[in-house]
Amino acid sequence: MKKHITDFTIVDRKSYGPNYFALTLQHPDSMPEIVPGQFVEVEVKGTREVMLRRPISIHDVDYKNNTLTLLVQIVGKGTRQLSELKIGEKLNLVYPLGHGFTLEGEKVLLVGGGAGTAPLLYLSKHFASKGVKPTIILGGRTKELIPVQEPFGQYGELCIATDDGSQGEKGMVTQHSRFAEKYDRIFTCGPTPMMKAVARHAQANGIECEVSLENMMACGVGACLCCVCDTDEGHKCVCKEGPVFNIKKLNKWMEN
Amino acid sequence: MLEVKLHNLTLKNPVMTASGTFGYGEEFSDFIDISRLGGIVVKGTTGERRQGNPYPRMAETPSGMLNAVGLQNVGVDAFCSDVYHRIKDIDTNIIVNVSGSSIEEYCTVAEKINELENIPAIELNISCPNVKKGGMGFGTNPDMAAQVVGEVRKVYDKTLIVKLTPNVTSIVDIAKAVEAAGADSVSLINTMLGMAIDVEKRRPYLSTITGGLSGPCVKPVAVRMVWQVAHAVNIPVVGLGGISCANDALEFLMAGAKAIEVGTANFVDPAVTVKIVEGLEEYCNRHGIKDINEIIGII
Ligand SMILES: Cc1cc2nc3c(=O)[nH]c(=O)nc-3n(C[C@H](O)[C@H](O)[C@H](O)COP(=O)(O)OP(=O)(O)OC[C@H]3O[C@@H](n4cnc5c(N)ncnc54)[C@H](O)[C@@H]3O)c2cc1C
Ligand SMILES: Cc1cc2nc3c(=O)[nH]c(=O)nc-3n(C[C@H](O)[C@H](O)[C@H](O)COP(=O)(O)O)c2cc1C
Ligand code: FES
Repeated sequence: MKKHITDFTIVDRKSYGPNYFALTLQHPDSMPEIVPGQFVEVEVKGTREVMLRRPISIHDVDYKNNTLTLLVQIVGKGTRQLSELKIGEKLNLVYPLGHGFTLEGEKVLLVGGGAGTAPLLYLSKHFASKGVKPTIILGGRTKELIPVQEPFGQYGELCIATDDGSQGEKGMVTQHSRFAEKYDRIFTCGPTPMMKAVARHAQANGIECEVSLENMMACGVGACLCCVCDTDEGHKCVCKEGPVFNIKKLNKWMEN
Repeated sequence: MLEVKLHNLTLKNPVMTASGTFGYGEEFSDFIDISRLGGIVVKGTTGERRQGNPYPRMAETPSGMLNAVGLQNVGVDAFCSDVYHRIKDIDTNIIVNVSGSSIEEYCTVAEKINELENIPAIELNISCPNVKKGGMGFGTNPDMAAQVVGEVRKVYDKTLIVKLTPNVTSIVDIAKAVEAAGADSVSLINTMLGMAIDVEKRRPYLSTITGGLSGPCVKPVAVRMVWQVAHAVNIPVVGLGGISCANDALEFLMAGAKAIEVGTANFVDPAVTVKIVEGLEEYCNRHGIKDINEIIGII
C-alpha cells in the first residue's frame, strides 16, 4: 500500500469535552484506500519542543467527500498545539501507515477506552457496510471520559461501562454483561491494562483477538526501530508490522 | 555540478542518508526517488542477528531526540543472502554501516561485505563498546581506534569510511589515528551521549537510562568538529549531525565536508533528502557556482 505525504485542509473541528477534539481533513484530490486500524503521522508546527510527527489513528473516512477524521486526546505539547488549529488551516500528514485490522468475522466485538476508541469507529463502519452489526463496548472511569458515543450507534450495538456507574453498566468493560458472549472475533484498542484483560479473556476462550498498540514512534515507517514491541517472534515495529497485532504473537506482552 | 569524490567513490551529489535513520532505503521509496541521492548508508550490521535494547528506546528532547535502539539488525549473513538482493540495483552508492563488539566481529562483517559487488564502501561504526575491554568504546581511544581500523583494512579493499563518535576529549586525535591506520575517509558525528528524565514517573525515559542525542540540537557541535577534523587530516570528511535543510548541508560543506548525511530529519519529513539536493542546486545556480567543490572547505 503506497504511502503519501499530503497537505490536508481542516474542514471541520468539534470539541468533545475539555480533553478531546476531532478534526476532519480534506484531501486536495482523491484519497487512497485506507484500512481500518491504520494511522497517520501528523506534523505539528509552531512549537520548538515538538519536532517529531505524532501518530494518530484514522477515526473515520468519507471517500465521497474525500475527508478523513482524527479524534485526539490532549495529553501534552503536540496534541495541545493541534487542538489550537482552526478550520481552513492546513495539516501535513504522512499516511496511511501500518497494518490494520483483519476484516473478518460474523459476530464481532469491539472494545475501546479513552483515545483508543478512535480507530474503532471506522472499523464499525466497515462491518456495517458488509451487513455485520458489531457489538461495541466503550469504557471509562466516568461517562465524561467516553467522549464520542453517538456515531457508533449508527453502525452497531453500543454498550457503555463506567467505573462509577454514571452511564451504562457499572464496572470495567470486561465485566459488562455483553462481554462474555460467544464472539468469533474481538478487536480492542485503549489503555494497556484494558487491552491485556480483553486479550486474556479471548485467549482463555479461544476467540480470535486483535489489539492495537500505541508505542512511542519517531519515523512511523519502519526505518528507525524505535517503536518495537517484544513479540513471540522477537522485536517487531509497531508502526509497520502493527499497530494491530493478533494476540497469538503477543504472549510475552500479555504476561507482563 | 554537484558531483563529489570520496576517495575512489564518485557521488552524483554530496547528499547521503545516515545509518539507522533510513532503514535499507526501501522504507522511503514511496516518498522519493532514492536513486537521486549521492548514497545510502544502511542500518548498522553486526556479525550475528541482534534484538537491540528493550522498549522504550526513544524520547523527544528540545530540537532533537534520544535513542537507544542498540543495533537491532538481521546480521551480516541475512544481509548478504536476503536484503542485499532487494537493494543492490538501486542506482546510487549503497554503503553498509559495520558494527561489532570485538575486532574479530568487525573483520568478519567487513570481509563478507567485501564480497558484495554492488557495495562500493563500508562505514565502520567505531562508537560501539568493546566487550573485551570492559565495554569501552573503540572510538574513544586513539590506539584502540587505530587497531580496529588497521585490522579491518587488511581484509577490506574498497572504500573504507570510519565513523567517529563525538564523545571524546579530542576528536582530532582519533581522526588522525584512523587516517594513519588506513582509513580512506572519516564521517562525523555519531550521536552524543545524553539522558532525559520523566519527572512525573520519576524515572529515565529510556530503558537504558542514557542514549544517543541527534537532531538539530547537535548541529553546531558537529559543524565545529567537522571544521577541526577537516583541517587536521588529508582524507575526505563526511559531515553529519542535525542536518535538515540545504543551508545546514552548506554549513558542513563550507566547514570542510566533501559529503553529508541526513539522519533524524528523515523522520520529520521523509522527502527531506531530495529537497536538500534541489536546494544545493538552487544555491549553486543563484551564486554562479559551476562545481560544488568550489565552496568545500572555504572556511
Ligand atoms: C498507532 C498510534 C495511534 C494513535 N492514535 C491516537 C488517536 O487516535 N488519538 C489520540 O489522541 N492519540 C493517539 N495516539 C497517541 C498519541 O500519539 C500521543 O498521545 C501523542 O503522540 C502525544 O503527543 P504530545 O506531544 O501531546 O505528548 P508529549 O508532550 O510528547 O507527551 C505527553 C505524555 O503523553 C505520553 N505519550 C507521548 N507519545 C505517546 C504515544 N505515542 N502513545 C502513548 N503515550 C504517549 C508521554 O509519555 C507523556 O506522558 C496514538 C499512538 C499511536 C502509536
Ligand atoms: C534511531 C537512530 C538509529 C541510529 N543507528 C545508527 C547505527 O546503527 N549506526 C551508526 O553508525 N549510527 C546510527 N545512528 C546515528 C546517526 O547515523 C547519526 O550519526 C546521528 O543521528 C546524527 O545525525 P542526525 O542528527 O542527522 O540524526 C542512529 C541514529 C538514530 C536517531
Ligand atoms: S517509529 Fe520508526 S520504526 Fe517504528
